[in-house]
Amino acid sequence: MLAVDGVSKRFGGLMAVDSATLSLQPGGIIGLIGPNGAGKTTLFSMISGFIAPTDGRIRFEGTDITAEEPHRRAERGIGRTFQIVQPFAGLTVCENIAVGAYLRHAKRAEATAKAREVARRVGLGSELDRPAGGLTVAGRKRLELARALATEPKLLLLDEVLAGLNPSEIRDIIPVIRGIRDEGVTILMIEHVMQAVMNLCERVYVLAQGRMIAEGPPTVVCADTRVIEAYLGHGAAARLKAEGAAHG
Amino acid sequence: MTARDLIPIAVLTILAALLPLVVTSSPVLNFLVFMLIVALGAQGWNILGGFGGQFSFGHAAFFGTGAYVTAILQLRYGVNAWAGLVLATAAGGVVGWAIGFLSFRSGLRGSYFALVTLAFAEVFRILANAASFTGGAAGLLIKLDVRAANLQFDDRAVFYWLVLAFVAAVLLLTRWIQRSRFGAQLVAVRENEDAAKALGVDSLKVKLRAIALSGAVTALSGCLYAQYFLYIDANIAYGSWISVELLLAPIIGGVGTVFGPVVGALTLHGLGEVAKQFAGRIPGIDLIVFGGVLVLAVAFARGGILGLLERLRDRGRGIMARGPKEVSHAGR
Repeated sequence: MLAVDGVSKRFGGLMAVDSATLSLQPGGIIGLIGPNGAGKTTLFSMISGFIAPTDGRIRFEGTDITAEEPHRRAERGIGRTFQIVQPFAGLTVCENIAVGAYLRHAKRAEATAKAREVARRVGLGSELDRPAGGLTVAGRKRLELARALATEPKLLLLDEVLAGLNPSEIRDIIPVIRGIRDEGVTILMIEHVMQAVMNLCERVYVLAQGRMIAEGPPTVVCADTRVIEAYLGHGAAARLKAEGAAHG
Repeated sequence: MTARDLIPIAVLTILAALLPLVVTSSPVLNFLVFMLIVALGAQGWNILGGFGGQFSFGHAAFFGTGAYVTAILQLRYGVNAWAGLVLATAAGGVVGWAIGFLSFRSGLRGSYFALVTLAFAEVFRILANAASFTGGAAGLLIKLDVRAANLQFDDRAVFYWLVLAFVAAVLLLTRWIQRSRFGAQLVAVRENEDAAKALGVDSLKVKLRAIALSGAVTALSGCLYAQYFLYIDANIAYGSWISVELLLAPIIGGVGTVFGPVVGALTLHGLGEVAKQFAGRIPGIDLIVFGGVLVLAVAFARGGILGLLERLRDRGRGIMARGPKEVSHAGR
Protein backbone atom coordinates (compact mmCIF):
# COMPACT_ATOMS: atom_id res chain seq x y z
CA MET A 1 0.00 0.00 0.00
CA LEU A 2 2.90 2.34 0.76
CA ALA A 3 6.15 2.17 -1.15
CA VAL A 4 9.03 4.45 -0.20
CA ASP A 5 11.65 4.02 -2.85
CA GLY A 6 15.20 5.27 -2.35
CA VAL A 7 14.09 8.45 -0.59
CA SER A 8 16.76 10.93 0.56
CA LYS A 9 16.68 14.24 2.33
CA ARG A 10 19.65 16.55 2.56
CA PHE A 11 19.71 19.53 4.93
CA GLY A 12 22.74 21.49 3.76
CA GLY A 13 25.71 19.25 4.49
CA LEU A 14 23.69 16.78 6.53
CA MET A 15 22.20 13.71 4.90
CA ALA A 16 19.21 13.26 7.24
CA VAL A 17 17.77 10.37 5.28
CA ASP A 18 19.93 8.50 2.79
CA SER A 19 18.08 6.49 0.11
CA ALA A 20 15.70 4.79 2.51
CA THR A 21 13.42 2.13 1.13
CA LEU A 22 10.36 0.78 2.86
CA SER A 23 7.29 -1.05 1.73
CA LEU A 24 4.08 -1.79 3.58
CA GLN A 25 1.33 -4.28 2.83
CA PRO A 26 -2.18 -3.45 4.07
CA GLY A 27 -2.86 -4.47 7.67
CA GLY A 28 -0.64 -4.90 10.67
CA ILE A 29 1.57 -2.74 12.83
CA ILE A 30 5.04 -2.00 11.56
CA GLY A 31 7.68 -0.33 13.70
CA LEU A 32 10.30 2.20 12.68
CA ILE A 33 13.09 2.30 15.25
CA GLY A 34 16.57 3.71 15.45
CA PRO A 35 18.79 5.84 17.66
CA ASN A 36 18.14 9.54 18.19
CA GLY A 37 18.84 11.61 15.11
CA ALA A 38 18.55 8.65 12.78
CA GLY A 39 16.07 10.49 10.53
CA LYS A 40 12.88 8.71 11.55
CA THR A 41 10.77 11.83 11.96
CA THR A 42 12.19 13.30 8.74
CA LEU A 43 11.13 10.14 6.92
CA PHE A 44 7.63 10.48 8.45
CA SER A 45 7.47 14.08 7.36
CA MET A 46 8.31 13.07 3.81
CA ILE A 47 5.66 10.34 3.79
CA SER A 48 3.03 12.76 5.09
CA GLY A 49 4.10 15.56 2.76
CA PHE A 50 5.52 18.17 5.14
CA ILE A 51 9.05 17.86 3.77
CA ALA A 52 9.86 17.34 0.09
CA PRO A 53 12.48 14.65 -0.49
CA THR A 54 15.71 15.61 -2.24
CA ASP A 55 15.59 12.34 -4.10
CA GLY A 56 13.46 9.22 -4.48
CA ARG A 57 9.77 8.44 -4.90
CA ILE A 58 6.86 7.75 -2.59
CA ARG A 59 3.84 5.81 -3.80
CA PHE A 60 0.58 5.22 -1.97
CA GLU A 61 -1.82 2.59 -3.29
CA GLY A 62 -0.03 2.67 -6.61
CA THR A 63 -0.16 6.46 -7.09
CA ASP A 64 2.95 8.59 -7.01
CA ILE A 65 2.37 11.12 -4.21
CA THR A 66 5.94 12.44 -3.92
CA ALA A 67 4.94 16.01 -4.79
CA GLU A 68 1.51 16.12 -3.18
CA GLU A 69 0.49 18.55 -0.45
CA PRO A 70 -0.11 17.18 3.09
CA HIS A 71 -3.86 17.79 2.95
CA ARG A 72 -4.20 15.83 -0.30
CA ARG A 73 -2.39 12.90 1.32
CA ALA A 74 -4.74 13.10 4.29
CA GLU A 75 -7.65 12.90 1.84
CA ARG A 76 -6.08 9.79 0.30
CA GLY A 77 -6.00 8.22 3.75
CA ILE A 78 -2.62 8.96 5.30
CA GLY A 79 -3.03 10.16 8.88
CA ARG A 80 -0.21 11.24 11.15
CA THR A 81 0.46 12.32 14.70
CA PHE A 82 3.22 14.70 15.73
CA GLN A 83 6.05 13.75 18.06
CA ILE A 84 5.77 17.19 19.64
CA VAL A 85 2.02 17.27 20.26
CA GLN A 86 0.22 20.02 18.37
CA PRO A 87 -3.21 20.50 19.95
CA PHE A 88 -5.46 23.36 18.89
CA ALA A 89 -5.01 24.74 22.38
CA GLY A 90 -7.85 27.25 22.27
CA LEU A 91 -10.44 24.61 21.33
CA THR A 92 -12.13 21.91 23.36
CA VAL A 93 -11.18 18.25 22.97
CA CYS A 94 -14.33 17.62 20.96
CA GLU A 95 -13.68 20.56 18.62
CA ASN A 96 -10.10 19.38 18.12
CA ILE A 97 -11.19 15.94 17.02
CA ALA A 98 -14.03 17.36 14.91
CA VAL A 99 -11.50 19.18 12.70
CA GLY A 100 -10.25 15.74 11.69
CA ALA A 101 -13.77 14.36 11.35
CA TYR A 102 -14.79 17.21 9.02
CA LEU A 103 -12.49 15.72 6.39
CA ARG A 104 -15.08 13.06 5.56
CA HIS A 105 -18.21 14.57 7.15
CA ALA A 106 -19.26 18.01 5.92
CA LYS A 107 -22.17 18.39 8.36
CA ARG A 108 -21.50 19.68 11.85
CA ALA A 109 -23.78 17.14 13.53
CA GLU A 110 -22.11 14.22 11.76
CA ALA A 111 -18.59 15.50 12.41
CA THR A 112 -19.37 16.03 16.10
CA ALA A 113 -20.91 12.58 16.41
CA LYS A 114 -17.83 11.08 14.77
CA ALA A 115 -15.58 13.07 17.10
CA ARG A 116 -17.44 11.79 20.16
CA GLU A 117 -17.22 8.22 18.97
CA VAL A 118 -13.46 8.49 18.35
CA ALA A 119 -12.94 10.21 21.70
CA ARG A 120 -14.62 7.33 23.49
CA ARG A 121 -12.47 4.84 21.64
CA VAL A 122 -9.20 6.42 22.76
CA GLY A 123 -10.44 7.03 26.29
CA LEU A 124 -11.16 10.76 26.07
CA GLY A 125 -14.91 10.33 26.39
CA SER A 126 -15.09 12.16 29.71
CA GLU A 127 -12.90 15.09 28.59
CA LEU A 128 -14.90 16.17 25.54
CA ASP A 129 -15.70 19.69 26.71
CA ARG A 130 -12.37 20.46 28.35
CA PRO A 131 -10.01 22.90 26.64
CA ALA A 132 -7.27 20.93 24.90
CA GLY A 133 -4.64 23.19 26.45
CA GLY A 134 -5.56 21.83 29.89
CA LEU A 135 -4.94 18.15 29.14
CA THR A 136 -2.14 16.14 30.74
CA VAL A 137 0.71 14.80 28.57
CA ALA A 138 -1.04 11.43 28.32
CA GLY A 139 -4.27 13.21 27.41
CA ARG A 140 -2.58 15.21 24.67
CA LYS A 141 -1.07 12.06 23.20
CA ARG A 142 -4.50 10.49 23.12
CA LEU A 143 -5.84 13.63 21.50
CA GLU A 144 -3.19 13.45 18.76
CA LEU A 145 -4.24 9.88 18.14
CA ALA A 146 -7.94 10.74 18.18
CA ARG A 147 -7.62 13.61 15.71
CA ALA A 148 -5.67 11.49 13.25
CA LEU A 149 -8.13 8.65 13.69
CA ALA A 150 -11.09 10.95 13.03
CA THR A 151 -9.85 11.49 9.47
CA GLU A 152 -10.57 7.76 8.95
CA PRO A 153 -7.11 6.93 7.61
CA LYS A 154 -6.06 3.76 5.84
CA LEU A 155 -2.47 4.29 6.93
CA LEU A 156 -1.70 5.82 10.31
CA LEU A 157 1.75 7.21 11.06
CA LEU A 158 2.33 7.37 14.81
CA ASP A 159 5.36 9.41 15.87
CA GLU A 160 6.28 8.40 19.43
CA VAL A 161 2.78 8.36 20.85
CA LEU A 162 4.09 6.53 23.92
CA ALA A 163 7.03 8.82 24.74
CA GLY A 164 6.61 10.70 28.00
CA LEU A 165 3.97 8.32 29.33
CA ASN A 166 4.41 6.29 32.50
CA PRO A 167 4.22 2.47 32.40
CA SER A 168 0.59 2.32 33.46
CA GLU A 169 -0.42 4.89 30.86
CA ILE A 170 1.45 2.87 28.24
CA ARG A 171 -0.39 -0.26 29.38
CA ASP A 172 -3.66 1.61 28.90
CA ILE A 173 -2.95 2.84 25.41
CA ILE A 174 -1.51 -0.33 23.86
CA PRO A 175 -4.90 -2.03 23.55
CA VAL A 176 -6.22 1.12 21.87
CA ILE A 177 -3.54 0.90 19.19
CA ARG A 178 -4.24 -2.81 18.75
CA GLY A 179 -7.93 -2.03 18.39
CA ILE A 180 -7.18 0.41 15.58
CA ARG A 181 -5.19 -2.24 13.77
CA ASP A 182 -7.99 -4.76 14.21
CA GLU A 183 -10.31 -2.43 12.34
CA GLY A 184 -8.07 -2.71 9.32
CA VAL A 185 -5.93 0.41 9.64
CA THR A 186 -2.29 -0.13 8.74
CA ILE A 187 -0.01 1.43 11.34
CA LEU A 188 3.56 2.58 10.94
CA MET A 189 4.96 3.69 14.29
CA ILE A 190 8.13 5.35 15.43
CA GLU A 191 8.79 4.18 18.95
CA HIS A 192 11.55 4.17 21.52
CA VAL A 193 9.67 2.19 24.14
CA MET A 194 11.06 -1.23 23.16
CA GLN A 195 8.65 -3.16 25.35
CA ALA A 196 5.83 -1.72 23.27
CA VAL A 197 7.60 -2.37 19.98
CA MET A 198 8.12 -6.02 20.92
CA ASN A 199 4.54 -6.22 22.04
CA LEU A 200 2.83 -4.56 19.12
CA CYS A 201 4.89 -4.75 15.95
CA GLU A 202 4.87 -7.65 13.55
CA ARG A 203 7.83 -6.23 11.69
CA VAL A 204 10.28 -3.40 12.30
CA TYR A 205 12.53 -1.26 10.15
CA VAL A 206 15.72 0.09 11.69
CA LEU A 207 17.04 3.44 10.58
CA ALA A 208 20.52 4.60 11.66
CA GLN A 209 22.27 7.73 10.44
CA GLY A 210 19.72 8.06 7.67
CA ARG A 211 20.17 4.56 6.32
CA MET A 212 17.84 1.61 6.58
CA ILE A 213 20.11 -0.99 8.20
CA ALA A 214 17.78 -3.84 9.07
CA GLU A 215 14.26 -5.12 8.63
CA GLY A 216 12.36 -8.06 10.04
CA PRO A 217 10.48 -9.41 13.08
CA PRO A 218 11.41 -7.45 16.24
CA THR A 219 13.11 -10.38 18.03
CA VAL A 220 15.35 -11.08 15.05
CA VAL A 221 16.18 -7.42 14.44
CA CYS A 222 17.11 -6.77 18.07
CA ALA A 223 19.69 -9.55 17.94
CA ASP A 224 21.17 -8.17 14.73
CA THR A 225 24.80 -7.11 15.17
CA ARG A 226 24.41 -3.95 13.05
CA VAL A 227 21.39 -2.84 15.08
CA ILE A 228 23.13 -3.32 18.43
CA GLU A 229 26.16 -1.42 17.17
CA ALA A 230 23.97 1.39 15.83
CA TYR A 231 22.57 1.89 19.31
CA LEU A 232 25.57 1.12 21.50
CA GLY A 233 28.57 1.89 19.33
CA HIS A 234 31.10 -0.02 17.27
CA GLY A 235 32.20 -3.29 18.83
CA ALA A 236 29.34 -3.35 21.31
CA ALA A 237 27.84 -6.53 19.90
CA ALA A 238 31.06 -8.44 20.36
CA ARG A 239 31.51 -7.04 23.87
CA LEU A 240 27.99 -7.99 24.85
CA LYS A 241 28.52 -11.48 23.56
CA ALA A 242 31.78 -11.85 25.48
CA GLU A 243 30.15 -10.53 28.68
CA GLY A 244 27.19 -12.82 28.18
CA ALA A 245 29.56 -15.76 27.85
CA ALA A 246 31.49 -14.73 30.97
CA HIS A 247 28.36 -14.45 33.08
CA GLY A 248 26.88 -17.60 31.62
CA MET B 1 -27.63 26.78 13.35
CA THR B 2 -30.10 26.32 16.16
CA ALA B 3 -32.61 28.76 17.66
CA ARG B 4 -30.17 29.36 20.51
CA ASP B 5 -27.64 30.62 18.00
CA LEU B 6 -30.07 33.00 16.36
CA ILE B 7 -32.07 34.46 19.24
CA PRO B 8 -29.33 36.78 20.61
CA ILE B 9 -28.76 38.21 17.13
CA ALA B 10 -32.49 38.74 16.60
CA VAL B 11 -33.02 40.36 20.00
CA LEU B 12 -30.07 42.70 19.60
CA THR B 13 -31.11 43.71 16.09
CA ILE B 14 -34.70 44.43 17.11
CA LEU B 15 -33.58 46.50 20.11
CA ALA B 16 -31.15 48.46 17.96
CA ALA B 17 -33.84 48.97 15.31
CA LEU B 18 -36.16 50.56 17.88
CA LEU B 19 -33.52 53.14 18.82
CA PRO B 20 -34.36 55.81 16.18
CA LEU B 21 -37.94 55.83 17.43
CA VAL B 22 -36.66 57.06 20.79
CA VAL B 23 -33.65 59.11 19.72
CA THR B 24 -34.32 61.67 17.03
CA SER B 25 -31.40 64.06 17.45
CA SER B 26 -29.27 64.07 14.31
CA PRO B 27 -25.84 64.20 15.98
CA VAL B 28 -26.73 61.04 17.89
CA LEU B 29 -28.02 59.32 14.76
CA ASN B 30 -24.92 60.46 12.90
CA PHE B 31 -22.83 58.92 15.62
CA LEU B 32 -24.80 55.67 15.51
CA VAL B 33 -24.54 55.37 11.73
CA PHE B 34 -20.80 56.00 11.77
CA MET B 35 -20.36 53.57 14.64
CA LEU B 36 -22.30 50.86 12.78
CA ILE B 37 -20.26 51.43 9.60
CA VAL B 38 -17.07 50.92 11.62
CA ALA B 39 -18.64 47.87 13.30
CA LEU B 40 -19.47 46.39 9.90
CA GLY B 41 -15.93 46.90 8.63
CA ALA B 42 -14.59 45.45 11.88
CA GLN B 43 -16.80 42.39 11.40
CA GLY B 44 -15.03 41.94 8.09
CA TRP B 45 -11.63 42.18 9.79
CA ASN B 46 -12.79 39.70 12.44
CA ILE B 47 -13.52 36.96 9.88
CA LEU B 48 -9.89 36.94 8.77
CA GLY B 49 -8.13 38.20 11.90
CA GLY B 50 -10.38 36.79 14.60
CA PHE B 51 -11.34 33.41 13.22
CA GLY B 52 -8.39 32.93 10.87
CA GLY B 53 -5.72 34.45 13.10
CA GLN B 54 -4.30 36.41 10.14
CA PHE B 55 -3.89 39.91 11.57
CA SER B 56 -4.23 42.52 8.88
CA PHE B 57 -2.96 46.04 9.49
CA GLY B 58 -4.27 47.20 6.15
CA HIS B 59 -7.99 46.64 5.97
CA ALA B 60 -8.18 50.18 4.60
CA ALA B 61 -7.29 48.50 1.30
CA PHE B 62 -10.77 46.93 1.27
CA PHE B 63 -12.63 49.81 2.90
CA GLY B 64 -11.20 52.23 0.35
CA THR B 65 -11.83 49.89 -2.55
CA GLY B 66 -15.50 49.67 -1.58
CA ALA B 67 -15.76 53.45 -1.28
CA TYR B 68 -13.94 54.24 -4.51
CA VAL B 69 -15.61 51.56 -6.62
CA THR B 70 -19.11 52.76 -5.83
CA ALA B 71 -18.16 56.45 -6.18
CA ILE B 72 -16.36 55.98 -9.50
CA LEU B 73 -19.09 53.74 -10.93
CA GLN B 74 -21.73 56.34 -10.11
CA LEU B 75 -19.75 59.40 -11.20
CA ARG B 76 -17.96 58.18 -14.29
CA TYR B 77 -20.26 55.45 -15.57
CA GLY B 78 -23.66 56.51 -14.25
CA VAL B 79 -24.19 53.17 -12.54
CA ASN B 80 -27.06 53.00 -10.06
CA ALA B 81 -25.95 53.31 -6.42
CA TRP B 82 -27.51 49.99 -5.38
CA ALA B 83 -25.72 48.20 -8.22
CA GLY B 84 -22.61 50.11 -7.16
CA LEU B 85 -23.01 48.70 -3.68
CA VAL B 86 -23.12 45.14 -4.99
CA LEU B 87 -20.18 45.68 -7.32
CA ALA B 88 -18.14 47.43 -4.60
CA THR B 89 -18.69 44.47 -2.28
CA ALA B 90 -17.64 42.07 -5.01
CA ALA B 91 -14.58 44.20 -5.78
CA GLY B 92 -13.56 43.98 -2.11
CA GLY B 93 -13.78 40.20 -2.33
CA VAL B 94 -11.63 40.13 -5.46
CA VAL B 95 -9.01 42.48 -4.00
CA GLY B 96 -9.01 40.39 -0.82
CA TRP B 97 -8.50 37.20 -2.75
CA ALA B 98 -5.69 38.76 -4.81
CA ILE B 99 -3.81 40.11 -1.77
CA GLY B 100 -4.33 36.78 -0.05
CA PHE B 101 -3.12 34.84 -3.06
CA LEU B 102 0.07 36.89 -3.25
CA SER B 103 0.86 36.77 0.45
CA PHE B 104 -0.46 33.38 1.63
CA ARG B 105 0.93 31.47 -1.32
CA SER B 106 4.39 32.69 -0.42
CA GLY B 107 3.77 31.50 3.14
CA LEU B 108 3.58 34.90 4.87
CA ARG B 109 2.33 34.65 8.44
CA GLY B 110 2.11 36.73 11.58
CA SER B 111 3.85 40.07 11.52
CA TYR B 112 5.05 39.59 7.94
CA PHE B 113 1.48 39.27 6.73
CA ALA B 114 0.48 42.29 8.83
CA LEU B 115 3.23 44.40 7.25
CA VAL B 116 2.37 43.31 3.72
CA THR B 117 -1.28 44.26 4.17
CA LEU B 118 -0.20 47.62 5.56
CA ALA B 119 1.98 48.11 2.48
CA PHE B 120 -0.89 47.25 0.12
CA ALA B 121 -3.16 49.79 1.81
CA GLU B 122 -0.47 52.47 1.60
CA VAL B 123 0.17 51.75 -2.08
CA PHE B 124 -3.55 52.06 -2.79
CA ARG B 125 -3.68 55.32 -0.84
CA ILE B 126 -0.78 56.83 -2.78
CA LEU B 127 -2.17 55.67 -6.13
CA ALA B 128 -5.65 56.99 -5.35
CA ASN B 129 -4.12 60.26 -4.25
CA ALA B 130 -2.13 60.62 -7.47
CA ALA B 131 -4.40 59.33 -10.24
CA SER B 132 -6.88 61.71 -11.87
CA PHE B 133 -9.24 58.76 -12.40
CA THR B 134 -9.84 58.67 -8.63
CA GLY B 135 -10.12 62.44 -8.33
CA GLY B 136 -6.57 62.78 -7.03
CA ALA B 137 -6.04 64.71 -3.84
CA ALA B 138 -9.31 66.59 -4.31
CA GLY B 139 -11.25 63.38 -3.78
CA LEU B 140 -14.65 62.46 -5.16
CA LEU B 141 -17.99 64.04 -4.42
CA ILE B 142 -21.03 61.83 -4.99
CA LYS B 143 -23.83 63.97 -6.39
CA LEU B 144 -26.47 64.85 -3.82
CA ASP B 145 -29.74 63.53 -5.17
CA VAL B 146 -31.90 62.35 -2.31
CA ARG B 147 -33.89 59.42 -3.62
CA ALA B 148 -34.15 55.88 -2.28
CA ALA B 149 -33.18 54.64 -5.75
CA ASN B 150 -29.89 56.52 -5.30
CA LEU B 151 -29.29 55.03 -1.85
CA GLN B 152 -29.74 58.49 -0.34
CA PHE B 153 -32.44 59.19 2.22
CA ASP B 154 -33.62 62.43 3.74
CA ASP B 155 -34.28 60.64 7.02
CA ARG B 156 -31.08 59.55 8.76
CA ALA B 157 -32.99 56.80 10.53
CA VAL B 158 -33.54 54.99 7.23
CA PHE B 159 -29.84 54.87 6.54
CA TYR B 160 -29.32 53.70 10.10
CA TRP B 161 -31.74 50.81 9.54
CA LEU B 162 -30.03 49.94 6.28
CA VAL B 163 -26.59 49.74 7.89
CA LEU B 164 -28.09 47.86 10.83
CA ALA B 165 -29.59 45.32 8.44
CA PHE B 166 -26.15 44.70 6.94
CA VAL B 167 -24.57 44.42 10.39
CA ALA B 168 -27.25 41.88 11.36
CA ALA B 169 -26.70 39.95 8.13
CA VAL B 170 -22.97 39.74 8.85
CA LEU B 171 -23.71 38.66 12.44
CA LEU B 172 -25.66 35.78 10.90
CA LEU B 173 -22.86 35.08 8.43
CA THR B 174 -20.33 35.04 11.27
CA ARG B 175 -22.53 32.73 13.32
CA TRP B 176 -22.81 30.43 10.34
CA ILE B 177 -19.02 30.45 9.91
CA GLN B 178 -18.64 29.59 13.60
CA ARG B 179 -20.91 26.58 13.19
CA SER B 180 -19.66 25.32 9.84
CA ARG B 181 -16.90 23.11 8.55
CA PHE B 182 -15.28 26.16 6.96
CA GLY B 183 -15.19 27.89 10.35
CA ALA B 184 -13.77 24.86 12.13
CA GLN B 185 -11.02 24.58 9.53
CA LEU B 186 -10.33 28.32 9.68
CA VAL B 187 -9.94 28.23 13.47
CA ALA B 188 -7.76 25.12 13.15
CA VAL B 189 -5.46 27.01 10.79
CA ARG B 190 -5.32 29.86 13.31
CA GLU B 191 -4.45 27.54 16.18
CA ASN B 192 -1.89 25.38 14.38
CA GLU B 193 -1.49 25.38 10.63
CA ASP B 194 0.67 22.25 10.38
CA ALA B 195 -1.67 20.20 12.53
CA ALA B 196 -4.57 21.41 10.41
CA LYS B 197 -2.83 20.34 7.21
CA ALA B 198 -2.15 16.90 8.64
CA LEU B 199 -5.89 16.57 9.23
CA GLY B 200 -6.64 17.27 5.58
CA VAL B 201 -7.31 21.01 5.78
CA ASP B 202 -6.32 22.84 2.61
CA SER B 203 -4.97 25.81 4.54
CA LEU B 204 -4.33 28.01 1.49
CA LYS B 205 -7.87 27.56 0.21
CA VAL B 206 -9.37 28.18 3.64
CA LYS B 207 -7.36 31.37 4.14
CA LEU B 208 -8.21 32.63 0.66
CA ARG B 209 -11.92 32.12 1.28
CA ALA B 210 -11.58 33.96 4.58
CA ILE B 211 -9.74 36.95 3.16
CA ALA B 212 -12.16 37.21 0.21
CA LEU B 213 -15.15 37.21 2.58
CA SER B 214 -13.38 39.61 4.89
CA GLY B 215 -12.51 41.98 2.04
CA ALA B 216 -16.07 41.91 0.72
CA VAL B 217 -17.64 42.77 4.09
CA THR B 218 -15.16 45.57 4.76
CA ALA B 219 -15.64 46.92 1.22
CA LEU B 220 -19.38 47.00 1.89
CA SER B 221 -18.75 49.16 4.92
CA GLY B 222 -16.52 51.48 2.86
CA CYS B 223 -19.24 51.75 0.24
CA LEU B 224 -21.81 52.68 2.89
CA TYR B 225 -19.40 55.27 4.28
CA ALA B 226 -19.09 56.91 0.85
CA GLN B 227 -22.83 56.75 0.39
CA TYR B 228 -23.56 58.34 3.76
CA PHE B 229 -21.02 61.18 3.72
CA LEU B 230 -21.08 61.52 -0.10
CA TYR B 231 -17.42 62.52 -0.13
CA ILE B 232 -14.19 60.51 -0.05
CA ASP B 233 -10.54 61.19 -0.66
CA ALA B 234 -7.51 58.93 -0.48
CA ASN B 235 -6.66 59.80 3.11
CA ILE B 236 -10.17 58.98 4.28
CA ALA B 237 -10.84 55.87 2.23
CA TYR B 238 -7.38 54.31 2.25
CA GLY B 239 -6.03 56.06 5.35
CA SER B 240 -4.38 54.08 8.11
CA TRP B 241 -6.94 55.49 10.59
CA ILE B 242 -9.56 53.07 9.28
CA SER B 243 -7.14 50.09 9.32
CA VAL B 244 -6.52 50.83 12.98
CA GLU B 245 -10.21 51.31 13.84
CA LEU B 246 -11.15 48.05 12.12
CA LEU B 247 -8.65 46.02 14.11
CA LEU B 248 -9.11 47.86 17.41
CA ALA B 249 -12.84 47.21 17.61
CA PRO B 250 -12.63 43.39 17.51
CA ILE B 251 -9.60 43.33 19.82
CA ILE B 252 -11.40 45.48 22.39
CA GLY B 253 -14.73 43.71 21.99
CA GLY B 254 -13.53 40.12 21.72
CA VAL B 255 -11.49 38.77 18.87
CA GLY B 256 -12.92 35.74 17.06
CA THR B 257 -16.37 36.12 18.59
CA VAL B 258 -19.63 36.90 16.80
CA PHE B 259 -20.49 40.07 18.73
CA GLY B 260 -16.96 41.27 19.53
CA PRO B 261 -16.56 43.78 16.69
CA VAL B 262 -19.94 45.42 17.38
CA VAL B 263 -19.33 45.62 21.14
CA GLY B 264 -15.83 46.97 20.53
CA ALA B 265 -16.94 49.62 18.03
CA LEU B 266 -19.70 50.76 20.37
CA THR B 267 -17.33 50.95 23.35
CA LEU B 268 -14.57 52.75 21.50
CA HIS B 269 -16.78 55.30 19.81
CA GLY B 270 -18.97 55.72 22.83
CA LEU B 271 -15.96 56.53 25.02
CA GLY B 272 -14.47 58.67 22.24
CA GLU B 273 -17.64 60.75 22.05
CA VAL B 274 -17.83 61.14 25.82
CA ALA B 275 -14.21 62.29 25.87
CA LYS B 276 -14.96 64.81 23.11
CA GLN B 277 -17.89 66.17 25.12
CA PHE B 278 -15.75 66.73 28.17
CA ALA B 279 -12.48 67.80 26.56
CA GLY B 280 -13.52 68.78 23.06
CA ARG B 281 -10.89 71.49 22.86
CA ILE B 282 -8.03 68.99 23.02
CA PRO B 283 -7.56 67.74 19.45
CA GLY B 284 -7.34 63.97 19.13
CA ILE B 285 -8.67 63.33 22.64
CA ASP B 286 -10.76 60.41 21.30
CA LEU B 287 -7.59 58.80 19.90
CA ILE B 288 -5.96 59.09 23.31
CA VAL B 289 -8.98 57.31 24.75
CA PHE B 290 -8.68 54.59 22.09
CA GLY B 291 -5.05 54.09 23.09
CA GLY B 292 -5.90 53.89 26.77
CA VAL B 293 -8.71 51.40 26.17
CA LEU B 294 -6.40 49.26 24.03
CA VAL B 295 -3.76 49.16 26.75
CA LEU B 296 -6.38 48.19 29.33
CA ALA B 297 -7.84 45.51 27.07
CA VAL B 298 -4.47 43.96 26.27
CA ALA B 299 -3.31 44.08 29.89
CA PHE B 300 -6.45 42.96 31.68
CA ALA B 301 -8.89 41.47 29.19
CA ARG B 302 -7.15 39.22 26.70
CA GLY B 303 -10.40 38.02 25.21
CA GLY B 304 -11.72 41.57 24.99
CA ILE B 305 -14.84 42.77 26.75
CA LEU B 306 -16.79 39.62 25.87
CA GLY B 307 -13.97 37.43 27.16
CA LEU B 308 -13.91 39.41 30.40
CA LEU B 309 -17.67 39.09 30.83
CA GLU B 310 -17.45 35.35 30.27
CA ARG B 311 -14.72 34.99 32.89
CA LEU B 312 -16.73 37.04 35.39
CA ARG B 313 -19.78 34.90 34.70
CA ASP B 314 -17.82 31.68 35.19
CA ARG B 315 -16.40 33.02 38.40
CA GLY B 316 -19.89 34.04 39.54
CA ARG B 317 -21.14 30.56 38.81
CA GLY B 318 -18.20 29.06 40.65
CA ILE B 319 -19.05 31.12 43.73
CA MET B 320 -22.68 30.03 43.56
CA ALA B 321 -21.67 26.40 43.24
CA ARG B 322 -19.24 26.50 46.13
CA GLY B 323 -21.53 28.41 48.43
CA PRO B 324 -20.96 31.69 50.23
CA LYS B 325 -18.40 30.33 52.74
CA GLU B 326 -15.63 30.07 50.18
CA VAL B 327 -16.28 33.33 48.42
CA SER B 328 -13.30 34.96 50.06
CA HIS B 329 -11.00 32.37 48.51
CA ALA B 330 -12.43 32.84 45.04
CA GLY B 331 -11.76 36.53 45.25
CA ARG B 332 -8.04 36.00 45.40
